[in-house]
Order: sequence, then structure tokens, then C-alpha cells
Amino acid sequence: MTETLTPLWEVFIRARTGLAHRHVGSVHAADAEMALQAARDTYTRRDEGVSLWVVPSAAITASDPAEEATLFEPAKPYRHPSFYVLPDEVGDM
Amino acid sequence: MAESERLLALADDALILGHRLSEWTGHAPLLEEEMALGNIALDLIGTARGLYQRAGDEDRLAYHRDAPEFRNLLLVEQPNGDFAQTIVRQFLYSAFAAPFWQGAEPADIAAEAARQSAYHLRHAGEWLVRLGDGTEESHRRAQAALDGLWMYTGEMFEDRPAPLRAQWDETVDRTLARAALARPQSTYMQSGGRRGRHSEHLGYILAEMQFLQRAYPGATW
Repeated sequence: MTETLTPLWEVFIRARTGLAHRHVGSVHAADAEMALQAARDTYTRRDEGVSLWVVPSAAITASDPAEEATLFEPAKPYRHPSFYVLPDEVGDM
Repeated sequence: MAESERLLALADDALILGHRLSEWTGHAPLLEEEMALGNIALDLIGTARGLYQRAGDEDRLAYHRDAPEFRNLLLVEQPNGDFAQTIVRQFLYSAFAAPFWQGAEPADIAAEAARQSAYHLRHAGEWLVRLGDGTEESHRRAQAALDGLWMYTGEMFEDRPAPLRAQWDETVDRTLARAALARPQSTYMQSGGRRGRHSEHLGYILAEMQFLQRAYPGATW
């Protein structure tokens, strides 16, 4: 089947209630409903999720890799809160 | 029907259809569909295993019976054909299986099979709508598959309660309307699978599926 009949969709899965949907990959499908089914079959066979999103890949506006230097600052570690000692009880942040 | 015969008929349906679907591995029209058909095949083979274990020795039942001893529906042994034929076969069977397994026995196997069949029905039904209401060619292929497989649908309802048939009719009519496909008018129905009278296709399936255990009896991984 051609790309126009089955365009690309980006797949996002919410692994557990309370977590954000996370990009996991993409599928080809004729429309949104079929994309959901394809995403279920391709990415959730091992109980990975509680919720699925599919988004037409064409709807994504991406930054230009050539503008990397303009858009993104060089690493400034002091801007990260990485100089605190976290108690173990806090767990994952 | 004796309980072991009843289990065997249901197990054979699931095993033969699961094996048929597994034949798509490496040949499916889309990578995503390859995964989907493989998943459905595994669901069905899992159901078959559970039922065989209740009926007796799982491996003996699957690998050491000849075609006349199999009790599966003629529908499930029909060839994969083109993609439309595989989808129509799956749809016609799943529209029966999904309501059939609701509250059926053995309860644990039935509950799992009901959940899985509901998804199989959704998967095949949505595909059927896209094929029927898709391009001129996909419509022609879907209608041809429906017309060709229709005569194998009556056998599903032999010795089954009437409401099951009514529910199947409702599912089929609703989906065919969405798919812009015509319900075949023919009332000629073929049967015999439940009595071991199969089409020639089953022999070829068994020749491939049983080869290893026939050539090396008792072989294990």
C-alpha cells in the first residue's frame, strides 16, 4: 500500500495512571481508528499501557537541525538542580 | 454432545484458524498488520491449548489426529486467499465467537477468549469497513470473499441457541452496511466439519502443522 493510503502516525502510550504519555514509535494506518488498532497491536502486547494517543506525523512541526546553535544554549549545568543531595525517601523525581 | 467432543470442536476451531493466521507471518501487507495477525493467531492457539488440556493430552490431540478426527468448522480451514478473504473469514468467525464465549464453559478459558474475541471482531470489522468502503478494487475483493465464504457460516449455528444467531446477524448486517457491502442472498449452506467431513484444505494444513511430531514422535524443545 502506498504512503498516501496509509500515512504515518506517531504513537504515545501512558504506561501507568499518573504518568505522562510518552512517545514510543510510529505506525502506518489508513485513518485514526486504524492507527489506534495498529498501535495497540504493535506496542502494547506486554501490558505496557493504560492509554494510547495517535497523532498524524504530518501534524508535527519540527525544529531545523541547522538552527540547533541558535535555539539551544550550550550546557549550563548550574541551571540544573543537580547540586542538592536528595534523601532516599524522595524516590524518583 | 459429550463434553470432550464439545471441547474438541471448540479447540479445533481455534487451533486451525490460529494456524491459518500464522501463515501470514512474513507475508502480511503491512508490518503493523503482520503483528496484528500474529497476535490474533497466538490468542487463538492459546485458547486451543487450554481446551485441549481439559479434553486430554494436548500434543496428542493437536499433532496425532488425522483430518477425519478433527471437529473444526469448515470456515476456519478455508485458505487465507488475499487479504480481504482472511479479513472476511476472521470477521464472520469472530462475530460468532465474541458473543459465544460470553459466560460459556470452562469459565476461565471462556472469559479470556471472550475478551480476546471482542478485539478480534473489532479489528476484522474495522478492516472490513475500510476494504468494502475503500477503493474499487478493495470493494470488489471484499465482496468476492464474502460471497465465497458465506456458505460456511451456517455450520457455526448448528446445535446453538437461536439468540446467538440473531446476535451474529445483527453484527454482520451493521458492519456490512458501514462497509457498503451486500449481504449474500444465497441460503445454500455447506457443513460436515463437526462430523469430520472436511474440505481438502485441512489435509494440507495438518501435513505442515503436524510434520515435526509425525517425523520425530515425542520430540521436545
